[in-house]
Amino acid sequence: MWKNFPLLPPSASTMAVQIDAVWWFLVALTVVMTVLIFAAVLTFVVMFRKKNDGRVATQIEGSTQLEILWSVIPLIIVMGLFFWGTAVYVQMMRPPKNVMDFYLVGKQWMWKVQHPTGQREINALHIPVNQAIRLTQTSEDVIHSFFIPAFRTKKDAVPGRYTQQWFEANEVGTFHIFCAEYCGTKHSQMIGEVTVMTQEDYEIWLSGAVAGESPEDAGKKLFEGMRCASCHPIDSAVKLIDGVAARGPLLAGIYGTEVALKNGGKVVVDDTYIRESIVRPLAKVVAGFEPVMPTYEGQLSEEQIIQIAAYIKSLKGAEAPSDGAKK
Amino acid sequence: MTSSMSHPPNSQGTVRVEPDGPQAQSTYLNNGYGWKSWLFTVDHKRIAILYLVSISFFFAVGGAFATMMRLELATPQGDVLQSDSYNKLFTMHGLVMIFFFLVPSIPAVLGNFLLPIMIGCKDLAFPKINLLSWYIYVIGGTMTLYVALTGGVDTGWTFYTPYSSTYANTAVVPMALGVFITGFSSILTGLNFIVTVHKMRAPGLTWFKLPLFIWAQYATSLIMVLGTPVLATTILLVGLERLFHIGIFDPTIGGDPVLFQHLFWFYSHPAVYIMILPGMGVISEIIACFTKKRVFGYSFIAFSTLAIAVLGFLVWGHHLFVSGQSAFAGIVFSVISMFVAVPSAVKIFNWTATLYKGTIEVTTPMLYALGFIGLFTIGGLTGLFLAIMSVDVHLTDTYFVVAHFHYVMVGGMLMAYLGGLHFWWPKMFGRMYPEFAAKFAAVIIFVGFNLTFFPQFLLGYMGMPRRYHAYPEEFQVLNILSSAGASILAVGYIIPVFYLVWSLKWGEKAGPNPWGAKGLEWTTQSPPTTHNFDRIPVVTEEAYAYGHEPTITVGPGDDNPNPHYKGSTHV
Repeated sequence: MWKNFPLLPPSASTMAVQIDAVWWFLVALTVVMTVLIFAAVLTFVVMFRKKNDGRVATQIEGSTQLEILWSVIPLIIVMGLFFWGTAVYVQMMRPPKNVMDFYLVGKQWMWKVQHPTGQREINALHIPVNQAIRLTQTSEDVIHSFFIPAFRTKKDAVPGRYTQQWFEANEVGTFHIFCAEYCGTKHSQMIGEVTVMTQEDYEIWLSGAVAGESPEDAGKKLFEGMRCASCHPIDSAVKLIDGVAARGPLLAGIYGTEVALKNGGKVVVDDTYIRESIVRPLAKVVAGFEPVMPTYEGQLSEEQIIQIAAYIKSLKGAEAPSDGAKK
Repeated sequence: MTSSMSHPPNSQGTVRVEPDGPQAQSTYLNNGYGWKSWLFTVDHKRIAILYLVSISFFFAVGGAFATMMRLELATPQGDVLQSDSYNKLFTMHGLVMIFFFLVPSIPAVLGNFLLPIMIGCKDLAFPKINLLSWYIYVIGGTMTLYVALTGGVDTGWTFYTPYSSTYANTAVVPMALGVFITGFSSILTGLNFIVTVHKMRAPGLTWFKLPLFIWAQYATSLIMVLGTPVLATTILLVGLERLFHIGIFDPTIGGDPVLFQHLFWFYSHPAVYIMILPGMGVISEIIACFTKKRVFGYSFIAFSTLAIAVLGFLVWGHHLFVSGQSAFAGIVFSVISMFVAVPSAVKIFNWTATLYKGTIEVTTPMLYALGFIGLFTIGGLTGLFLAIMSVDVHLTDTYFVVAHFHYVMVGGMLMAYLGGLHFWWPKMFGRMYPEFAAKFAAVIIFVGFNLTFFPQFLLGYMGMPRRYHAYPEEFQVLNILSSAGASILAVGYIIPVFYLVWSLKWGEKAGPNPWGAKGLEWTTQSPPTTHNFDRIPVVTEEAYAYGHEPTITVGPGDDNPNPHYKGSTHV
């Protein structure tokens, strides 16, 4: 647990620097004021502690000059802070002209994103670096809040109306997405990752494949990129995902086996069933699981579905040695 | 039906024999012993004791919920509790602590006990309404416990719509009803205090001779009377929406979910001042007594109290900076929120200045008061972070808010409540508590508190959202620190239960004024008689007239030798 112990969040957007400047000024103000007050209190307590020397307290009614002084100085400081903080906020409200429009829908408990070029993602967001992105967002059910700490940005997704936020990532990397507005049972699993890529990588990502990649490798990348593993375990040793029972069936070793269905029937897991489960997931739900999987129709090309099926086919069952067990 | 008001002193059939004298002192405590003498009492002091027992019970319940949450959060995985259980725990923790502990704590216990005595009258203006307020509180509390025991509620204490009105599958309506009912208890207490302060001050006790504790209670009562009905309306609307789908908050039938947030925070932001202002009043009393000095800048503290109460009604929108509220509205709410810093800072500076050239005794109440100054300073300054929109966007709904809120409410308000409870304990029960044990507990609480909540500021800045049952692994170290602090804090809260109960029987006798304090409550015996004073006092001196021999003349017949006496120097 000590390996990964940051005390500061990553800073990966153009606005983060300006917001952090206000933050650090406030931290300094808080530290200075707290130290001054503590020091004054301690000094007075030590200096004026009651001793048996017959000294009596000096009665002081007050001092209008001091009162004015310590009202006006804080007032000036907080007004300065207000103008500075608001100036930064106004920039946060105004995206640059070349902004790319993404669309975001929150629902219990997932984030659905659509790229300007039509690609869709769930609980993941792939964006190019050094490019302003504007999210126009809403919710299908309750209020959610799309929060990327590394970008210092957050906006509620409110049912029945659109809200917007924009950001420009200036560092390549992978960062947390959180839902910040309490939204029910799996609020803490309504999380994902934003992947900031170079412009070239983003183009490749958009085209959906890397030249010369095997279908299994391409499928593995898609599987990870679409965050399928946030519901489907791929290792029989993994019983929990993010601390709760997996929402979808274990996929390791499932290919070629016969599974019982919720409606009482049975089906052999082959390419056809995998494709159907991706495109029309509610058609044949495996027994013991709730029909919660969203459709990926339109989000994956037929080639990509073939690649994912190839990857699932390659996953070995329980008898295979596994290094994931140490989790 | 017995009425404890109608008995003259020493007319009771039962006389408790005190070990140190055959003449039993008549007090409000030995004026009747049966359960009826308590449950049907109209004596403000006995009602205060009823409240003391009730809110202590609810504090223990809320604390137990918090303990389970901190246990869960010791590991990143959600492994101790199910998500649903965790969500119910933080909801119930918030509801119980806010509506059944923090809001009633100082007003209903210390205020009820002290307000009539400090202004020199026999009881509150409406003693029966005062008892009614306790019964209403108990009914609301019973409903809450019923909900807790039969499955709980998982909306968060904020009841945000449309989750609460449409989507939650838990006992939202019974819980809302519990809060709704309890609100009337607040309203009645506030009403009672306002009328009492206006109409029943002792002869000579003008507004600017009132102790600052009374000013704080008065300002708090105004907020309770003006704000609580809005909460009641809002909760009623959520209930109606849930039961009859009338379309106030649910956007699918034409409602506006954000409207709920406006209505809710219109009460609930002033409500945090309901919670903190009485604490500030307590701190002024304690500091004056243990420096043996007038409070520096009395009228500035009094007016800053009113300023906070008024400004508190104009800042609710700072809870909505990321909710889609217009940027312009946000800017207005931001600037008004920043103004609150000024009266808050004025108070801190005045208390600190009061220490200067005093004769300072570091007693247990004083330890709590000094702790309050430090922790409230941090709590208040971190409020600035959240009032500035650009920084709030990052911090809102993270653990930073949780930490800020607890620094004000636990570090501020709870420290003040414990300080006040220790300060007036000898008055309430006529016995001293053991000083060493009390100081030890105060230090444990201070340390445990900071260890619990300071790491949460860092967690919030790193982006850990609040109300998360499971969290990414990089947040674990700070969460473990916080959970460890919580266990220390729990020990700190349990110790006083033992020595305070012990002191009721074995504590040293306190006498009327063990601290050498000024104020009418210290001129009467400890514990006071049912009617507080043998004769209604006549007040001729300012509040906190330390440094001079007592000049309070008791009895209407006495001539006041120096009615315009002012006992102080001016710098």
